Amino acid sequence: MTTSKAVAWEPVTAQALIDDLKSKPGALLPILHAIQDRFSFIPEEAVALIAQSLTLSRAEVHGVISFYHHFRTQQPGRHMVEICRAEACQAQGSRALEAHAKAALGVDYHQTTADRNITLEPVYCLGNCSCGPSIRVGDEIHADVDATRFDELVEGLKTDRVEILL
Amino acid sequence: MTFRIHVPSDTTAKARGADRIARLIEIVAEEHKIDVEVRRNGTRGLYWLETLVEVETDEGRYGFGPVKEGDIESLFAAEFYNGNIEHSLAVGLVEEIPYLKRQERFTFSRLGINDPLSLEDYQAKDGFKGLANAIKLSSQDIVDAVKESGLRGRGGAAFPTGIKWQTVLDVPSPKNQKYIVCNADEGDSGTFADRLVMECDPFMLIEGMIIAGLAVGATQGYIYCRSEYPLAIENLNSAIQTAYDHNLLGADIQGSGKHFDLEVRMGAGAYICGEETSLLESLEGKRGLVRAKPPLPAIVGLFGQPTVVNNVLSLAAVPFILDKGAKAYADVGVGRSRGTLPFQVAGNVKFGGLVELAFGPTLKELMFEFGGGTRSGRPLRAVQVGGPLGAYLPESQWDTPLGYEEFSQKQAVLGHGGIVMFDDTVDMSEQARFSMEFCVAESCGKCTPCRIGSTRGVEVIDRIRAGKNVDANMELLSDLCETMLDGSLCAMGGMTPFPVQSAMQHFTEDFVKNAASATQAKEV
Repeated sequence: MTTSKAVAWEPVTAQALIDDLKSKPGALLPILHAIQDRFSFIPEEAVALIAQSLTLSRAEVHGVISFYHHFRTQQPGRHMVEICRAEACQAQGSRALEAHAKAALGVDYHQTTADRNITLEPVYCLGNCSCGPSIRVGDEIHADVDATRFDELVEGLKTDRVEILL
Repeated sequence: MTFRIHVPSDTTAKARGADRIARLIEIVAEEHKIDVEVRRNGTRGLYWLETLVEVETDEGRYGFGPVKEGDIESLFAAEFYNGNIEHSLAVGLVEEIPYLKRQERFTFSRLGINDPLSLEDYQAKDGFKGLANAIKLSSQDIVDAVKESGLRGRGGAAFPTGIKWQTVLDVPSPKNQKYIVCNADEGDSGTFADRLVMECDPFMLIEGMIIAGLAVGATQGYIYCRSEYPLAIENLNSAIQTAYDHNLLGADIQGSGKHFDLEVRMGAGAYICGEETSLLESLEGKRGLVRAKPPLPAIVGLFGQPTVVNNVLSLAAVPFILDKGAKAYADVGVGRSRGTLPFQVAGNVKFGGLVELAFGPTLKELMFEFGGGTRSGRPLRAVQVGGPLGAYLPESQWDTPLGYEEFSQKQAVLGHGGIVMFDDTVDMSEQARFSMEFCVAESCGKCTPCRIGSTRGVEVIDRIRAGKNVDANMELLSDLCETMLDGSLCAMGGMTPFPVQSAMQHFTEDFVKNAASATQAKEV
């Protein structure tokens, strides 16, 4: 998901998303995805709404959110940058890349840059294992990323680029 | 005349710039007033050649790769759109490239040829012929065909698929509802074959799941796909919609009276959900805690009902078996490993990609004859087969034939066919540490050996790497591995020791190297 498209918390919208999905068997994960896609994270207020709609306890909903790496309960930066930490990328130099990324952004994993622009996360395999190191920016995967390429990509995230034809 | 040009559209091709290449070709063609139609195929899986641009001619498709943005003008100057091979990036007829020609593409026969979302393309290349045959057969006949094919679970456990299906067929469902669940939580590093099925030939998976439904009497299917694969999910959803529109899914498939519904569910970044019972918990909307077995999911599965849980590649092999016959599949392979396995050659490799072959070649053949050795040009030192829970194999084991039994004799696993190559700069104690660290991050936490054992494992390896009491700590690490192996509930804790033990056994020097320097430091 591209977090920059996310909108501010709005209970009516959230309830509509929940109502849309709640009759599905095993509805909780689809609902959590829908909420996070819309609001870029799962706010505390959403937990109560979901719990009530699915007749679960808030603790149960919280337990599910906290189990999965993908779900977050804090507002992330405008862009999500995920670096693959898995073995195939390690074999191609991802350890050096992650050290560079942390130093260049001045953050560790699960942290957001001071200007709230980029949240850095680890990811374990993007399925691009013949052309690593791989990173994911929003929903886009990038191959063969070294320090130089990383810096270029980050530079491109700093300003809202004007969409050109290409 | 219109020149037809194919530009790949899978994740790796896109990650190497294929979308911009496709757009640029259209723009430059317009400037040169040349009539081209750019189509988006999947990928051939020859990843070092991406972006591999293919030009259709009467003789076949001519390829150019790896094409970068700066090459487009020179390609047009050389009139590549005629199939003109006078260009440094020309690779000739794509189907004649030895890497591709030497393969036995049973499952991936359409890979990179068709437009992934075109039902017409799929049907033109034998698509839905297996289903047409299956509709005419009884459930038992379909199950028998899969048994005869010798197909075993491609997710890694290698359990005979037909026997699993037989169990689900035979067991009555208390609520009159059985399920087909496709495990598309392809989390193993070095694997991307499931992704290729879903992104490049999604109708094949849909067809395989419908046939599975007919075989066991299930009317509902779920594909549990990991959230790290956004394009796979998009393409699956699109293909499923097309299948509904053409009456290939729903209440009365092709007027046969047979019913099958299919839905994609997205995972949420938990490796453990690739374990089948954890996956079922997750589908039910819960934490992905592993269930104790028995009962088997085939008997008490999703929502307590009989459920087939199969890997993407297992289900994707089914249309071939029902179309070409069980014998055609079983005729190739080695020992009890029948049919083909799509190997994925990855990591530090010169020519990485998808290599579908009958079981039986050696690791060496894959890594050198196909892979061409390391990308860095340095000597190959270690290879991890079968994902993060697979053993690291040293050179002395590279002659092992690729088959399930052949690998288990070496305390190794073939798993999902991922082969990750490392050159001589690798520090194997660091890799062992990572295996434990990964288990810390991904353990579901239900059983102690996995949850606590992995944390202690990281600590012990840190002490060894720091040169502290190396002999005693190596012994402790061995004991810890044994405890995890014997005492864990599922393969996560039960197999995390494989890479650790193999690294300790075959690359001992990387563990003890700091022992001497620590002793020296003390003496100083």
